[in-house]
Amino acid sequence: MSAPAGSMYSPEAAAMASKLGLKMGRANLEVFAATLLEIARADRNVLAVTSDSRGSGKLGPFAQALPDQIVELGIAEQNLVGVAAGLASAGKLVYAVSPACFLTARALEQVKNDVAYSDHPVQLIGISAGVSYGALGSTHHSLHDYAALRAINNLEVVAPADNMEARAIIRECATRRVPTYIRFGKAPLYDLHAADTSVEIGKSISLTTGTDICFIASGETVTHALLAGAAMAENGITARVLSMHTIKPLDIPAILAAGRECRAVITVEEHSVHGGLGEACAAALMQAGISVPFQIAAIPDEHTVTGSQADIFRHYGISMEGLAARANSLLKRAT
Amino acid sequence: MSLTDHELAIRSIQYRRDMLRWIVHAGAGHTGGGLSCMDILNVLYNRILRVSPETFTSPDRDRYIQSKGHCVEALYVVLADRGFFSSEKLQTMCGYDSAFVGHPTRAVPGIEHNTGALGHGLSVGVGAAIAGKKDQRDFRVYVLMGDGELAEGSNWEAAMSASHYKLDNLIAIVDHNTLQITGRTRDVCSNEPLDEKFKAFGWDVHTVNGHDFGQLTAALIPSTHTGKPRVVIANTIKGQGVSFMQDVAKWHHGVPSEAEYAIALRDLADAEAQLGQSKGAVQ
Repeated sequence: MSAPAGSMYSPEAAAMASKLGLKMGRANLEVFAATLLEIARADRNVLAVTSDSRGSGKLGPFAQALPDQIVELGIAEQNLVGVAAGLASAGKLVYAVSPACFLTARALEQVKNDVAYSDHPVQLIGISAGVSYGALGSTHHSLHDYAALRAINNLEVVAPADNMEARAIIRECATRRVPTYIRFGKAPLYDLHAADTSVEIGKSISLTTGTDICFIASGETVTHALLAGAAMAENGITARVLSMHTIKPLDIPAILAAGRECRAVITVEEHSVHGGLGEACAAALMQAGISVPFQIAAIPDEHTVTGSQADIFRHYGISMEGLAARANSLLKRAT
Repeated sequence: MSLTDHELAIRSIQYRRDMLRWIVHAGAGHTGGGLSCMDILNVLYNRILRVSPETFTSPDRDRYIQSKGHCVEALYVVLADRGFFSSEKLQTMCGYDSAFVGHPTRAVPGIEHNTGALGHGLSVGVGAAIAGKKDQRDFRVYVLMGDGELAEGSNWEAAMSASHYKLDNLIAIVDHNTLQITGRTRDVCSNEPLDEKFKAFGWDVHTVNGHDFGQLTAALIPSTHTGKPRVVIANTIKGQGVSFMQDVAKWHHGVPSEAEYAIALRDLADAEAQLGQSKGAVQ
């Protein structure tokens, strides 16, 4: 199946995906909503809490099927997170669902104090994360969330790369009961993993093995890294691609292994260059005394260019072509 | 066995004495607001709340959330008195590696929620109250807020949702001492009339003398299922019980000197003596 029109992928990238046998799946947001419905049907203690966000969270069917298990709070994100914490304090398994941009900025103090510090295990679901809202502009982008939430104790941060990761992580969260932030975009995603792949919070997934370049990517950027690696392989360059779905706690051993075994490392994320996956990996490598040619592919510290998510990704080189060019250039420095 | 108003009054004096002792010992604390809400805490923990150290983990317990977390010293002395922990543990208050932080945390037995940043407790209370309704449990949720705290907009988000969900198992208490750190709340950013505001938000509003045990008791137990959350606006005096602290903003987090502490203890001893006489007169 080829990529849909207006897609995140150039014709060449879509062709590469086809060559790799990748199948186009659904948006992670849809998978989240379907998975939550399954979990909630089996356990009436499971609640979805929304801030006029059931539509954008794809929770319409959930609300219809389980009206007693959705708590609507209107456009009031601070209250959303505080109420979610109160529900969790009384034993409810709460998924607080709101656009990532509002959930992690406007309600940041509630996340910090009422969820993380008070240790009430709310699952914070940041929908339409990163630049998913595209041309709606920076009010609706969340390019700060990894940075802000990484610095909060007792909070895990996860960005699934495909439908399998999303489904597994939502299910894992239902049993772990740890304060967790999970972000989803709304673009359809390629399925990246074999059916028997193990997905576990805190453990990265190696999509390919290689020793020339390592792409450590998170969330919706992983596919682009995988395609870039495949494009480079045609020129005899081997790429290791890691889906670092958990930003915190980081899979440090996998990062250090990449630094030791590969000639260069590029991190890829739909986030500001500041304070996200890239800086976390850089810190891990430096503190282990590993010096390796290293770059952060992310959104630079500037007014983000206007356009769709696809436009923004292309503009900043978060694409098969952009990442391959960046890797080739970095590898020249490595030799 | 429930205590008489007279016995509660004696207890409040002892609580105030204990609170001052620990604040002086720690060299830190929110003295004025602790004194203003002490009688409210006294009534809650000795007459109203269905919670004890033994039942604190029960899903049916009443919940108390102190949204005005800075007045934690008052809460600590009441919890110690109710047996949640030994009062001697307060020796460590605000000290290195102590569980007894300058704001409430769940590391302390009896505390439901970590507070300190203002404008958080009511939302958390709404969440707990919704859970109670869903599970058809009859516990009540009490949230104590300061009047200065009501400038935080999140309170009004929470107030809207409480009436939307008809949470008659939620009781907010406003420690209405009319002072905040800068001065009179009405001069800093007026939030009056509070009763009209809560009424407009769909609440069942009761205004009481926050130092009157009988009035507090009557207001803190909703008598019927009204379908409305209740707010008790407790008119209090910041610094209540200590002559030179009463209604003086600077005692918001003032720590008395040795000489001032001696005067404060004398004020409390005088009040205790008067109570003794009044009890004698009644008998």
